[in-house]
Amino acid sequence: MNTPIVALDLVVRDIALAFGGIRALRGVSMKAPAGKITAVIGPNGAGKTSLFNTISGFYRPNSGRVILGGTDITDAAVHARAGMGLARTFQNVALFSGLSVLENIKLGGHHLINGNPLAAICGLSSSRQAEMALRAEVEQRVIDFLELDNVRHKPVEALSHGLQKRVELARGLAMRPSVLLLDEPVAGMNREETEDMARYILDVQEEWGVTVVIVEHDMGLVMDISHHVAVLNFGELIAQGPPSQVASDPEVIKAYLGSETSAVCA
Amino acid sequence: MTNLYIFIEFVLLGLLASGLSALIALSFVLVYKGTHVVNFAAGEVMMLGAYLYYTGAVVLQLHPAAALFISLVGISLVSVAIEAFVLRPLAGQPTISILMATIGMASLLHGSVEIIWGQSPLETPALLPRFPVNWGEVMIPGAAIGNFVISSLLIAAVVTFFRFTQTGIEMRATASDPVTAASLGVDIRAAQRMTWILAGLTGTLAGTLIVSSGSVSPALASVALSVFSVVILGGLDSVTGVILASLIVGVLESLTVGYIDGKMRDVFPYVVVLAVLVVRPFGLSGTHEIERL
Repeated sequence: MNTPIVALDLVVRDIALAFGGIRALRGVSMKAPAGKITAVIGPNGAGKTSLFNTISGFYRPNSGRVILGGTDITDAAVHARAGMGLARTFQNVALFSGLSVLENIKLGGHHLINGNPLAAICGLSSSRQAEMALRAEVEQRVIDFLELDNVRHKPVEALSHGLQKRVELARGLAMRPSVLLLDEPVAGMNREETEDMARYILDVQEEWGVTVVIVEHDMGLVMDISHHVAVLNFGELIAQGPPSQVASDPEVIKAYLGSETSAVCA
Repeated sequence: MTNLYIFIEFVLLGLLASGLSALIALSFVLVYKGTHVVNFAAGEVMMLGAYLYYTGAVVLQLHPAAALFISLVGISLVSVAIEAFVLRPLAGQPTISILMATIGMASLLHGSVEIIWGQSPLETPALLPRFPVNWGEVMIPGAAIGNFVISSLLIAAVVTFFRFTQTGIEMRATASDPVTAASLGVDIRAAQRMTWILAGLTGTLAGTLIVSSGSVSPALASVALSVFSVVILGGLDSVTGVILASLIVGVLESLTVGYIDGKMRDVFPYVVVLAVLVVRPFGLSGTHEIERL
């Protein structure tokens, strides 16, 4: 159960995606380097979430490829991508209500257990051991790490929005991903919660060595924690590079950040 | 004192009958919970299962257990076909279209059964031994007890399956949020297929238990319709709710037969259901969301 996480590169190449006449993505190519934090930014409707949904497999691109660590996963089913090391969180909290924090997080690790329903029904020792090992790993590595100990048995709907987002991050980690996609991890959070989340994302990247890709509107967070920034506008990639470079890119400033670069680096 | 015995007898008969109706109701609830489809063909699938049992046991002269096995396999295949050819293509369509499709499927199955096996009742061999149980002046047919025990065990098995097995948990995750479940690595198509199979199997077991104490005829399908009162009363998406509701409706039906009139059997429980729904529109323990239906 304790196989180390192997961070992988995530590459999208010439992705085009259209819904009828609306061209959500127009030949987007970008790379999220292994073990680094990459942010995808852009104004509303720029295609960020479409890009995420294409990477997770909910949308099939009209053309282009999605490549995870050298393997082409463009045609893989959504659920199969979990087994290949892709995990994601959602813009709206997508936890299973009615279950506790621990149960929700354990669901992230379920695909690591070789499920044999008959063995599980009979309570065979192998499946029980796998379940116990999963629980131990989740408790030690994920719950302690994200400081969720004191709420582990609480029903998720009883938690604050900020904590719910953290549980979602925990569930993503329990999947032991190579690439973790975070869709607006600090949306709707106050300043304190945002700072906490930023610290957890940095910790996750440093300690677990996982590749993190985030879509985020909070420019302060993006500039603070990411190593690499990709900017989308009207479905096209207009810039990518280190945060400082992107922040001073005239194209980006024109499209998205307004005229004052200083506001970005604050 | 005889009055008391009669009362006890009717209450017991009602409680015992509730096992089977809970099992049939479960086949509705499974599909609704798992796929948000109200399956109006549940009764026809149950009837088809019972006819397959008849074919195995009488036409092919197999042991009743072997005949049951054959009908379970047959219904699994039918369920997979229904999921693949009727519901999958309709995924994402308005609820009303899917609902109409299940009604159409019901007619199709009903007609096919009548073409193949005819309309007259066909006698079926008993799965369980026939013996009356006497307790003082109270007399209970053994089949009623057997059916109740078997139904209870099956319901317990299904509940355990959902609570503790990997597949069961995947099916619950899919029912509650398919998009998230898929991103967590759950094959949601497989989970939904499994839901239809499981619902078909519970229906077939219920149908076979019903016909094995008598005969099978196309009228069996309407039994499921009368169980609909249980499903609505309990809440379309609540297993606990339908178990509770089937006990209530079972006793009510039995007492209606005993004290009012046999013909009122199908009317009185609905009056009670209606009264409850006025107060709780989502059933005894269904979720509020169902109000939107």
